Amino acid sequence: MWGYLRSFDSDLLSQLEGMRQDMDALFGGRPAPSGIRSVASGTYPAINVGASPSRVDVYVFAAGVDPKSLEISIQQNLLTIAGERKDALPDDIQLYRRERFSGGFRRVITLPEDVDPDKVQADYRDGVLHLTVERREEVKPRRIEVK
Amino acid sequence: MNEKKSVQARESGETQPARGAGSALLPPVDIYEDATGITLKADLPGVSRERLSVQVDQDTLVVEGEAAIEMPADMEALYADLRTTQFRRSFTLSHELQADQIEAQMQDGVLTLRVPKRAELQPRKIQINVG
Repeated sequence: MWGYLRSFDSDLLSQLEGMRQDMDALFGGRPAPSGIRSVASGTYPAINVGASPSRVDVYVFAAGVDPKSLEISIQQNLLTIAGERKDALPDDIQLYRRERFSGGFRRVITLPEDVDPDKVQADYRDGVLHLTVERREEVKPRRIEVK
Repeated sequence: MNEKKSVQARESGETQPARGAGSALLPPVDIYEDATGITLKADLPGVSRERLSVQVDQDTLVVEGEAAIEMPADMEALYADLRTTQFRRSFTLSHELQADQIEAQMQDGVLTLRVPKRAELQPRKIQINVG
């Protein structure tokens, strides 16, 4: 599913980079903007979002979280996921690596505008929170009037 | 506890990507040691027990897993922090650890491995008899 994104990363990256540079040259040489709510890679929890015609699927890779501690809210098409992972280390140990995230987190992601905030389902399994948000049925093509 | 640096699990898998098809993700880990052994915790979200593999080959410990994610067939990716569902990380064990006695536990996408030390290498507490 995400494989083709990865292939951009590896094989096509240099080509894309070349294309991007051409476009940047065309549009004034500024680097391509990233999403205003995107976060640095490695931020906990990682989130993937996929869209199909009938719904939007959000996958939150939140291993080791008590699902009861998760607070999920949606306002129009802005989805907020907050929670806490408490992971205290035992006393009297020699610590070698501490890479796993510990503490509170909050992430906000923008969903497509036609999602229905009243039709959200959430389930948590094997450390992945899976949210499905239905899209509105009556999405009519928008007509633009010329005044 | 300071002279136990040699016990530290060193990584060997960090530099080379796993296998041919694309590189796997390095899961974040916590590693700590107490008097009886080493504990390793790894975040493997989406990996079920069935798709997890923990192997010891001589002195190399390899943790591998694949996240199984339920997806509609006609889905397109809009945004992706994780661009692969393969996890892999390996560590070098040292001889005082009992690689054949490793216990693994998987809960909510967190793997906990317990690698015990040989009994004769565990620190012994010396009783002082007061007469």
